[in-house]
Amino acid sequence: MGAGRYNALALLRGAITGHRHWGRAWRAAEPRGPYDVIIIGGGGHGLSTAYYLAKVHGIRRVAVVEKGYIGGGNTGRNTTIVRSNYRQAPLQSLFEYSLKLWHGLSDELNYNVMFSPRGALFLGHSDADMARLAERGDAMIANGLDADLIGRDEVARLVPLLDMSPGARWPIEGGLIQRRGGTARHDAVAWGFARAADSLGVDIIENCEVTGFLREGNRVTGVRTTRGDIAAGRTGICVAGNSGHVAGLAGIKLPIESHTLQAWVTEPVKPMIDTVVMSQSLHCYFSQSDKGGMVGGGDPDFFPSYAQRGAPIRLEDSIAQSIALAPALSRLRMVRSWAGVTDMSFDGSPIIGELPLDGLYLNGGWCYGGFKATPGSGSVYAHLLATGQSHPLAAPFYLNRFADGRTIDEVGSGPMPQSR
Amino acid sequence: MRDGAGSIPFTFDGKAYAGQPGDTLAAALIANGVRLVARSFKLHRPRGIMGAGVEEPSALVTVGEGARAEPNARATDVFLYPGLVARSQNAWPSLAFDVGAVNSLAAALIPAGFYYKTFFGPPSRWMLYERFIRRAAGLGKPPQAPDPDHYGHRSAFCDVLVVGAGPAGLAAALTAVDAGKRVILIEQDAAPGGSLLRERVTIDGEPGVVWAANVADRIRAGGGRVLLRTTVSGYWDDNFLTAVERRVEPGQPAEGDAQVLWRVRAGEVVLATGTIERPLVFANNDLPGVMMAGAARALALRHGVAPGRRAVIATSHDEAYRTAFALADLGVEIVAILDSRTQASGPLVEAARARFDVHAGARPLRAIRRGIGLAGVDALIDGVKRRLLADCLAMSGGASPVLHLHRQAGGALEYDAARGGFLPGAGRQRHVSIGAAAGEHDLSAILTLARVVDPLGPGSPPAPGPLWHDEAPGKAFVDFQNDVTTLDLALAQREGYVSVEHTKRYTTLGMGTDQGKTGAMVALAQIADLRGVPLPDAGLTTFRPPYTPVTMGAFAGPMKGDHAAPIRRLPLAAAHDALGALWVPAGAWMRPRAYLAPDETLAQASLREARMVRASVGVVDVSSLAKFEIAGPDAMELVAAVCATPVAKLAIGRGRYTVMLREDGMVMDDGTLWRLAEDRWLITSSTGGAARMARHLTYVADVLLGHPRAAVVDVGEHWAGLALAGPQAAAVLSGLTGAEAPAHMGLSDAVIAGVPVRVLAASYSGERAFEVHVPGHLARAVFDALVGAARGLGGGVYGLDAMDHLRVEKGHVVIGAEADGRVTPADLGLGGVLRKTGGYVGWQALQRPALVEPVGRRHLVGLTSVDHTPIAEGAMLVMREGEPPLGHVTTAAPRVAQDGAIALGLLTDGTTRHGQIMLAWSPTRRSTVPVRVGPPLFYDAQGARYRD
Amino acid sequence: MLLIPCPHCGPRNQEEFAYERTLDSVVRLNDAPELAIATLYARANPRGQEHEIWSHTCGQWLRLTRDRISHAIHSVEPL
Repeated sequence: MGAGRYNALALLRGAITGHRHWGRAWRAAEPRGPYDVIIIGGGGHGLSTAYYLAKVHGIRRVAVVEKGYIGGGNTGRNTTIVRSNYRQAPLQSLFEYSLKLWHGLSDELNYNVMFSPRGALFLGHSDADMARLAERGDAMIANGLDADLIGRDEVARLVPLLDMSPGARWPIEGGLIQRRGGTARHDAVAWGFARAADSLGVDIIENCEVTGFLREGNRVTGVRTTRGDIAAGRTGICVAGNSGHVAGLAGIKLPIESHTLQAWVTEPVKPMIDTVVMSQSLHCYFSQSDKGGMVGGGDPDFFPSYAQRGAPIRLEDSIAQSIALAPALSRLRMVRSWAGVTDMSFDGSPIIGELPLDGLYLNGGWCYGGFKATPGSGSVYAHLLATGQSHPLAAPFYLNRFADGRTIDEVGSGPMPQSR
Repeated sequence: MRDGAGSIPFTFDGKAYAGQPGDTLAAALIANGVRLVARSFKLHRPRGIMGAGVEEPSALVTVGEGARAEPNARATDVFLYPGLVARSQNAWPSLAFDVGAVNSLAAALIPAGFYYKTFFGPPSRWMLYERFIRRAAGLGKPPQAPDPDHYGHRSAFCDVLVVGAGPAGLAAALTAVDAGKRVILIEQDAAPGGSLLRERVTIDGEPGVVWAANVADRIRAGGGRVLLRTTVSGYWDDNFLTAVERRVEPGQPAEGDAQVLWRVRAGEVVLATGTIERPLVFANNDLPGVMMAGAARALALRHGVAPGRRAVIATSHDEAYRTAFALADLGVEIVAILDSRTQASGPLVEAARARFDVHAGARPLRAIRRGIGLAGVDALIDGVKRRLLADCLAMSGGASPVLHLHRQAGGALEYDAARGGFLPGAGRQRHVSIGAAAGEHDLSAILTLARVVDPLGPGSPPAPGPLWHDEAPGKAFVDFQNDVTTLDLALAQREGYVSVEHTKRYTTLGMGTDQGKTGAMVALAQIADLRGVPLPDAGLTTFRPPYTPVTMGAFAGPMKGDHAAPIRRLPLAAAHDALGALWVPAGAWMRPRAYLAPDETLAQASLREARMVRASVGVVDVSSLAKFEIAGPDAMELVAAVCATPVAKLAIGRGRYTVMLREDGMVMDDGTLWRLAEDRWLITSSTGGAARMARHLTYVADVLLGHPRAAVVDVGEHWAGLALAGPQAAAVLSGLTGAEAPAHMGLSDAVIAGVPVRVLAASYSGERAFEVHVPGHLARAVFDALVGAARGLGGGVYGLDAMDHLRVEKGHVVIGAEADGRVTPADLGLGGVLRKTGGYVGWQALQRPALVEPVGRRHLVGLTSVDHTPIAEGAMLVMREGEPPLGHVTTAAPRVAQDGAIALGLLTDGTTRHGQIMLAWSPTRRSTVPVRVGPPLFYDAQGARYRD
Repeated sequence: MLLIPCPHCGPRNQEEFAYERTLDSVVRLNDAPELAIATLYARANPRGQEHEIWSHTCGQWLRLTRDRISHAIHSVEPL
């Protein structure tokens, strides 16, 4: 690895030398070119794509071009949940592939991404909810994933903080838990992939914004940036949140709209909750970070925005629901709220595939579920950028599925992003 | 200034003390000689009190007991009340002897980001380490019990919102009130005055504190609202701000609301938010006894408390000199004033030189510890290292304007090189910064309309001097709460975490509960120096709400318990209660699920009720269904746009089943369509889709059809609906109305129990049935009449479960179950009901290649349990266990008219699989049931039961 | 929290409004299928100003020209 291997012995050496021996985790590369592949977007997905291009496909003349600092978009703003407990089979397969990668990621990258499979629990508040959860669990198991349908008693044992009383506004009938799901440290994933990709020769170019595309007829031959023109064999857009803007630089419209999603974190307290708690019918979720803060969120702001800020009413709603589920949350203090820009696709599922221009590809439309896919998305996108063919797991997510009528709609709410 | 014993009793770590009215917990603790108050987050270093308000990074304690305990309270931001119970946190077994202090010894092994470099292995191993990390992390213990406090929400509107009741804010608010504006003045302290609370100035002949109180009174008298103990926490779009008012102190029981969340829409916002003092960075600058100069001054002048016996002042600007005077007047020995500037002058400095030892070009190198607190300071004086003995070190690296709200509002920043910090620049919204927050430090300039007398004279403008140093053994802290030192910042730069955001996330700088209020600028200065760029080029992190931490309960406010979300009750709810209904939520509605007889299970009751309907007659409440009346010359055009079935040929007085599609061709809703008159229509549709349908109707009308001459009225909540179903239904109806029942799919007006009603002859159950619409407030009489008559013929009431069993036998789909948002009408076998001439919403999307293709879509099918074992709803449909599913069970039900179990399902290519035996497999419920696939119809295929 | 001027009711809190879609994404009932699908599933989604359709709880449908970064509302017209 570029900066020397990370391990306990190295830390011990550092303790003696005042930690002066550590080097940069990734170089501040200057744009060169031509590259075989340029990846636009230095978030988790873009960096992971670069890593797998180099590691699995042996393609090392790769540049990741990032307009700010890496991981500064949604990778640094999500609520860190990792799971694959979806209902639709193509989503199950893609997210499960990613989940399996998570399980070995720290060792693979020699960077502790703090992946903690502490369990992702969906709560059911009625018989109807429980039937829906059972259906989801059945579909997961039938597709080779892990799921357990649990009753009230086990939910109470797993999450003693929940209000199990019959008089609760949303009484808890049981839940569906994916024990292999959990949380990870979002910044660490970006940094870990960056360091690993850099050590394999990938150029990570920060503070470099793409302002246009270089074209030869119908072919994209590179990018125009604030740091000059850079040539590329293939160019992959990987800027979820800004997919519409960047695709627009190529004159392409997408079935994606950018909406704001807010989240909150409380002051750090001693352990209160081990599992990630979500609800089948409520739109709130929360978990506790390793630092001790409770992290949670709820519905998006339901109108297009790139502002990375929303309205306070959204926070109030998600917090009211969270407190109704876990009353002890009420006395904690929120220390920070923030927002990201979600790439809302028109069926709620990602878009991974070719664009109408030769040599230009897209990986976006991840709505509010992109973080968990970080390694899997990078892996399948690398396959596409390396071979020009879709990875089988990514094939269903091609752009023209909307025109064909092959949408993959997890929630079943159709094309309008605000109905998700 | 302080009476000896103090009149307000409180405890800290079990020991009893007393303080005075107006004391903060911090002031009272220091007055009682308690200097060790906390242990730091990571390294468990002993900590005391550093600040005087919300910027306090170190003195975090738990205040209150039991369910009222509030962890992580700043001792400087808690005002004393009788019986206050405070405890230290993050220390075991005791504050003085904390086992966690071993972290300090191992500090070299745990620099910033150490956890990214180790703890490898399988995730299960990481989770083992994690258990210890999580137990060590977190500052306070959270309460386990539900929150006994109540929180309110209030909205307010004003012409001018002034944030901060310091001198600038008070003057601005008074001016606005005198000009006739509606004014709200918000102040986070318990008293108005701001900086005046820690200075000895007179304004218009009164002590500053008195002047402030008087101005506040005048503002109130002029109609302004003054909110104390209220912090503006967020500045949102369009001059909308949220503020949190504390009506009681942490841990204190409240009679009404403990806190109120204010939502203020202001015409203009005046930010008089003052400044926060910057620390100096030197080795061991976190010891108990080291504090901000302004905080020491506040202790002395506001609370009459001496922070120590021998004090050193270390500063880079004039204002801290005032602390020397304030402390000296309380009898504290001023050992020295260390001024980092090589040339300091002005009346304030000269006055100090006359009385104290003032050293220019001097700075602290290292704070010396004895026991758990400060014993002395190694200082650089005249180029030589000298040790000064002191138990108090009051430091000041200048003052940073509080810019958080300005930045949240989208305001720009301007770098001021002289002060080494930022000033507010252009605002994006209608707001302005004034006073110290705008860089104005001279009180006379701020209060141009008042006569200010400062006995010490004005200081010269702040100059930062060198802000940070890393030159002596020992840890030099930049972020006190998260134990981030100069070495950590250097490490981050060395490892390439160069941008300020990366540095912050890698070292956790500024991510504590104080949100980096004290350390932000000094950290930025170091980062800039390490990168070799001017400070403004180092970048700035984003300011986010809340400005100070806000209790979660305050966000929820009154949306607590049952009020966390609305509950909708049917107009006949009381009648159902009287009949012993078992309720079930259906969206926000509560609907009767069944009416259990004694010793009956739910399953038994539902089956009994369903059988009752098939055998004689039943009454079910369908009031929650959506209903819309559309009237006008263009009503049919609107109906035809929304409904995908034929419309034009529907005769007056007749109805039909109809389906409404989404723009992408999927079934969005279904129901019935009735023609009441030439130009008047009634649509009924699903309960769950009511809001969506209401919106859809107006969208189609106004946006697609350009305001046709058609009025749409949502009559869903006007009409209660009662469905009467069964072979005896017509008899019951005629018996009550005295008229013949309408024919199947016909409608008529009638009178039941003296109440005018509308009767729609439609069947959901498969029996002869009538939907009776009656105004909700008159429904009871009609309900009682129907139920009474039904009972007379061996029938009665039935609930949602029975209704479901009946409709499954007839293969009727339910929106959300069979129509799951991913199926077309053709998938549900309804292709035949679509209007062939198109022109309805969704008709185009149905032409998409995958939707016109006959192969590979899921179709609605009926499933019959081969051996009568109940089918699990939601189960997967497979040929063999373990194979990828070909479909799933959407609704399961017992057969009503005979024994057995059936279900509806969605199955790939289902129409080609009739007759096949598959498995309804539910591994989560350990259920595998063989089922025969067939058409979705199990009862009365000819429809003979409900036709005349 | 935006203050949106409803042509019918005056400036009202954002909570009373609901975003629907962009003006250029409206699918007309007599559009041919290919045009309808192209319109439904394509958005410019610009990082700047766009014409949007919103509704107010009073029943009024609105056409807003609004900036997606600053949230500034340039104009509001009844639809």
